Amino acid sequence: MSERAVIEATRGVGGGAPRVSLRGARSRTAKEAVIGGLLFAAGAVSILTTVGIIAVLVWESLAFFRRVSVAEFLTGTVWTPLFVPQHFGVLPLLLGSVLVSIIAAAIAIPLGLGSAIYLSEFAPDRLRRYLKPILEILAGVPSVVYGYFALTFVTPLLQPLVPGLQLFNALSAGIVVGIMVLPLIASLSEDAMNAVPRGLRQGAYALGATKFEVATRVVTPAALSGIVASFILAISRAIGETMAVVLAAGMTPNLTLDVRESIQTLTAYIVQVSLGDTPFGSIEYQSIFAVGLLLFAVTLGMNVFGRWFLKRYREEYA
Amino acid sequence: MSPERYSLAAPPELVARRRRGQVFQYLCLSATLVGVVTLVVLLADVLIDGVTWLSATFFTEFPSRIPARAGIKSALYGTVWLMGLCALISFPLGVAAAVWLEEYARKGWLQTVIQTNIANLAGVPSIVYGILGLAVFVRWMVPFTGGRSVISGALTISLLVLPVLIIASQEAIRAVPGSIREASYGLGATKWQTVRHHVLPNAMPGILTGTILAMSRAIGETAPLIMIGALTFIAFVPDGPRDQFTVLSIQIYNWASRPQADFQHLAAAAIIVLLVLLLSMNALAIWLRNRHHREW
Amino acid sequence: MPTIRVSANGEAALETRDVRVRYGDNEAIKGITMEIPRKRVVALIGPSGCGKSTLLRCFNRMNDLVPSAAVTGEVLFHGENLYADHVDPVEVRRRIGMVFQKPNPFPKSIYDNVAFGPRLYGRPPDLDDIVERSLRQAALWDEVKDRMNDSALGLSGGQQQRLCIARALAVTPEILLMDEPASALDPIATAKIEELIQQLVEHYTIVIVTHNMQQAARVSHYTAYLYIGELIEYDDTNTIFTAPHEKHTEDYVTGRFG
Repeated sequence: MSERAVIEATRGVGGGAPRVSLRGARSRTAKEAVIGGLLFAAGAVSILTTVGIIAVLVWESLAFFRRVSVAEFLTGTVWTPLFVPQHFGVLPLLLGSVLVSIIAAAIAIPLGLGSAIYLSEFAPDRLRRYLKPILEILAGVPSVVYGYFALTFVTPLLQPLVPGLQLFNALSAGIVVGIMVLPLIASLSEDAMNAVPRGLRQGAYALGATKFEVATRVVTPAALSGIVASFILAISRAIGETMAVVLAAGMTPNLTLDVRESIQTLTAYIVQVSLGDTPFGSIEYQSIFAVGLLLFAVTLGMNVFGRWFLKRYREEYA
Repeated sequence: MSPERYSLAAPPELVARRRRGQVFQYLCLSATLVGVVTLVVLLADVLIDGVTWLSATFFTEFPSRIPARAGIKSALYGTVWLMGLCALISFPLGVAAAVWLEEYARKGWLQTVIQTNIANLAGVPSIVYGILGLAVFVRWMVPFTGGRSVISGALTISLLVLPVLIIASQEAIRAVPGSIREASYGLGATKWQTVRHHVLPNAMPGILTGTILAMSRAIGETAPLIMIGALTFIAFVPDGPRDQFTVLSIQIYNWASRPQADFQHLAAAAIIVLLVLLLSMNALAIWLRNRHHREW
Repeated sequence: MPTIRVSANGEAALETRDVRVRYGDNEAIKGITMEIPRKRVVALIGPSGCGKSTLLRCFNRMNDLVPSAAVTGEVLFHGENLYADHVDPVEVRRRIGMVFQKPNPFPKSIYDNVAFGPRLYGRPPDLDDIVERSLRQAALWDEVKDRMNDSALGLSGGQQQRLCIARALAVTPEILLMDEPASALDPIATAKIEELIQQLVEHYTIVIVTHNMQQAARVSHYTAYLYIGELIEYDDTNTIFTAPHEKHTEDYVTGRFG
C-alpha cells in the first residue's frame, strides 16, 4: 500500500471520507488482473505446446495415411521410403527401437537397482555424498558424446569378444543407452526406498533380521511400485534416444533380432530424413510425422503409465 | 542347561546369513562402481583422443575438409547465440508460469490439467520437439523467424526446456515459507507485490539453479536442432537471430560420423569443449545452491 | 535406593550394571543398575525425556542402529553380557523381542507378517502351526483366521498392534519389550492389549514403557521410576503408587509434575 493511500485512509478515520484510496484500489485491482492474466498466459503456453505437438503430428500424418494405408504402415516389414520401390512398413524401425531398449533395460535395470540398494541401504554417508553426484554427471553427458564413445571405444572393445560384430550394431547402442538411463533408475528407486517409513525397518531389525534381509525382504518389496515405475520411465527414455543410437547403430532399417547388425530406430529415421534435402509436402517429409506420431504415442503411453505407478506407491503411505 | 544354549554369539545359520549379506553388498557396490568406472573411462577416452587437438586455431577456425585446419568457431558462436536467445525466451516464460501455478492458480481442474500437462511434456522425446519446431517455426512462422534460423532453434529448445524449468522454479517457490507471504499480506500488500518483493527474491537462487541446469541440458541437444535445419557444415557465424547456424553438438556429430581417424580426434576435441562448458554450468549451479541454501 | 531381589523366583531375566548411554555429548542414561525378574511385568515410567525408551532399547541393542549412540556398562542375559565383543546383536534380537509405539506391520499379508521372523531361519516345515500359535497367543486368531492372505494394512489399529505382537512372538523370544504399545490406540483396543499382557506374562518376561501411570498400575508387578536418565526408585508396583520411599517418586505419581 502506498504511503499516500495510508495517510488518506487514516484521515478518513477522523470523520472525513477517504478519497484517494478507493480510486487507488480500482486501478490496483485492474493492474493485478492484468498481471494475473499474463502469468496465466505463460502457464497456458504449455497447453499450446501439447496442442501444437498433437496437431502437427496428426495433421501431417493424416496426409501421409491418405497415401499409405495404416495397415501397411503398422504391419509391413519393409521400410524403404528413400529408395525405389518405396515401402512403408514401420516394423523394422519399431523393432529396432525395441531391440535397443531391451538391451538398454538389461543393463540399466540390474545396475541401476543395485546402485539404488547400495546407496540407500548400505553406503556410509560419506561415500554416498560422492557417488550420487557422479551418477548425476553420468546422466548429464549428452547423447552425441555417448554415441562417440560407443563408436570409438565400446564397439572396438567388443569386436574381439563378439564374432561377427559389425561397426554399426544394436548391441553397442543398447549398452550405451543403458548407461545413459541407469542414473534415472538409480535415483528414482532410491527415492522410493527412502520413502519407506523408518518404523518398518525398525520392526524388521527387532525381529532379528540382518541389514541384507531388511533391504531385500522389507524395503525393496515395500518400494516396489516406485521401483517398477522407474523401470518404465527409463525404458520410455531409451525409446526416445536419438543421437547415441544414430552414431552407434547406424541407419539401416533391418527387421532382425541379431544385435550384431546395424539397425535403425524410429528416432534415427526421423533424423536421417532431416539430414537430407526433403521437399516439404513430399511423402518422405510426411513420413517423419507418421513415425513421430507413433513414437510420441508409445512414449506418452509409457510415461503416463509409469507416473500412475509412481503415484500409487506414494499413496500407500498417505 | 548347558552354557552353549544361552550363548549370544552367532550360531552357524546366522554366520551363513551374514556371509550371504556380505556377498550381496559387494554385488550392489560393484553395480554402483560400474557407473563410476564407465564415466571415468569415457572421460579418459575423450581426453586421450582429443586433448592434443585443442590448439588456438581450433577455436578460431571454421570447419574444413582438411582436418588440420578445422575448427569450431561457427559451432561455438552458434551455441552461444542459441543459449543466449533460449535463456531470454524460456526464463521469463518459465518463471511466470511457475508463479501462476504456485501463487495464482486456484486448486481446480485447470491447475491440475496444466500441471499434469507439464509433467507429460517433460518426458516427451526431444526429437518430437524438433518435429514441432520444424512444422511451426521453420515452416509456418517463416516470415517471422526466417526459416532455418537461430531464433527457430532457440524457440524450439525453449519449448523443450520449459517443463524442466517450470518444475524447478515451482519447487523453489514452494520452498519459501508461508509465513513470509502472510506477513506481506498482513501489511496490506497485493498478491503481485508479495510475489515481486518477497517470494521471488527468496526463491531466486533456486530458480537460477534450475535455469542453469535446464540450460545445461539444452546445450547438449542435437536431434531437434538437426530437425529444424541447423546445418552440419557452415563456415560463417550468425549476425542476427534470423541467420542460419550450427552448434557444438551437431559439429561433434558431423565429425564423429566421418570414417577418417583425424575427424574422430576433432570430434573428441570438440567434446572436451562441450563437456567443459557443461561441467562449468553444473558447478555454477551447485555453487549457487550451496551458497544460498537456507534452513527455513 | 531399594532394588528388587529376584532370588524369590529364580534367576533374573535381565540384569543391568551401571549402564550409560550417550548420544553425542548428551548423556541420556546415567548409570542404571537393576534386575528384571523372570516372567513378571516390569513397567518403566517417568516424564518425557527421562530415558525410559532409551533404556528399553539397550535391552535388545536397538541403540546400535543410531550412529551417534554409545553404550557402556553391562546388560546381562543369563549371565552373558549383551554388549560383549563376541555377541551378535541379530541373535540378541531373536531372543529379546520388541513391539513399538506405532504399529508397524509390513505391507504384506497377515500370514506373511507373522511368518517373516521364522522365515529368516530357513523354511520351517511347521510354519502354518507357528503362525497360528502366535496369532492365538496374541488373541488375534479368531478375528483373522479367515483372511490370512489379506493385507495387514487393512486391519484396525488395535488389530495391527496385536499382529505386531504375534509377529514378535513367532520367533519365540524369552523377553518381550513393549515401548508404549497402546498409546496410539483407542481405549477399547488399549484394554485388549492390557488383557493380553496379563495372559502373555505366564510365558514371557515383559518390560513395558508407558507414560500412562494408571496403565502401569494396572498391568505391572514392578515399576521403575526414571527421571532425566537416572533410576530414582524401583519397587513392586503397589509400593510405588501407594507408599513410595522417594519424595520425587511421590510427586510424580501424584501428578504434581510431568
